[in-house]
Amino acid sequence: MPKVKIKRASSAVDMTAMCDVAFLLLTFFILTAQFRAQDAAAIETPSSISGIKVPDKDIMTIALDKEGKVYFGIDNQQFRLAMLDNVASAKGISFSEHEKKEFMLMSNFGLPINQLKSFLALDKEQKAKIKQAGIPTDTTGAGPSNELKDWVYNARKANNGLRIALKGDNLAKFPNFKNVLATLQAQNINKFNLITGTEAPPAGWKND
Amino acid sequence: MSEIDTSGGGGKKHGGGKVRSKKASTRVDMTPMVDLGFLLITFFILATTLSKPSSMTLNVPDKTKQEETEPLKASNVMTIFLGKDNKAHYIFGKAATEDPEIVTVSAGYELRKAIQDNSRKVPADKFVVVIKPTKESTYKNMVDILDEMAITKTKRYALVDVLTPDEKTLLKEKAKLDI
Repeated sequence: MPKVKIKRASSAVDMTAMCDVAFLLLTFFILTAQFRAQDAAAIETPSSISGIKVPDKDIMTIALDKEGKVYFGIDNQQFRLAMLDNVASAKGISFSEHEKKEFMLMSNFGLPINQLKSFLALDKEQKAKIKQAGIPTDTTGAGPSNELKDWVYNARKANNGLRIALKGDNLAKFPNFKNVLATLQAQNINKFNLITGTEAPPAGWKND
Repeated sequence: MSEIDTSGGGGKKHGGGKVRSKKASTRVDMTPMVDLGFLLITFFILATTLSKPSSMTLNVPDKTKQEETEPLKASNVMTIFLGKDNKAHYIFGKAATEDPEIVTVSAGYELRKAIQDNSRKVPADKFVVVIKPTKESTYKNMVDILDEMAITKTKRYALVDVLTPDEKTLLKEKAKLDI
């Protein structure tokens, strides 16, 4: 009697289809990925349970680092340029084409306006080394030394639809935040977003 | 007759048959490629969607408009002072002039518990929280307390940054906080 042979299925699976799917997804994620531009300062934001996402475009970001220095940036390069032109004409400074181009590439900055020109002349490595001093603010929000108000005003002049996001570091002291708040309130901006990390709400909590 | 055997011995076996070249299989092992693909996918998913921060909206009252609002009754108000080292001090039910008891809690669970306990003592629509960050507090403390307002569903709260002289002495004497 012949032995009954169990027909063994091959253990090698055809991976081609799986490979196709993997690379299709990969392509999708690469194409939709938005990489963060180099920021002027590292900021660790506190987290909140708020589930509202930060809008992707038309956004003005005022950042506050742990030493209380203020950084400013808007997302759109064209508006960045328009903002610089507005500020330059208001302050009576002129920027060369090269400086404008350099400025367009900066996602945010934290420099008093009189240092901006010399900063823009530096090359990439030197820029990264320089410790930016922060944009001057004051407690009243409208004083002559407050430059943040000029940037905010001129950015809104360049694009009126800009939404305002505040991004503060965990360790930033409250008075520094108050100065930023005062600057915005002095321009009658009373609604803005605080950028935070996401954390899970406590168990059983429901949004209503 | 002499022939030069070029076929390395294989041909002789078949006795003058066709010389077959050995066919390599066209199947390539895709497993490492799939591994690599999924590794990269994982990276891109983590790098994009998870890093997206959320935001909380903050509305502050208009400073240019002066609106007459009815004064708050101290018995319904919980005033929270944000102190240093993630500590919060609160008074409840009494104004700062009425020699209230000041309680020190750590910002976090203890504070949430205190807010929830106090909110039950008064009618839900009357309960008001006044948040007063001092200059010792950090931005994180403020965001956390605003978050607590969302968690405890306190609808009426105000962020006030001016301390009255009474509150200053109160904090100095009872909470050992020099502001």
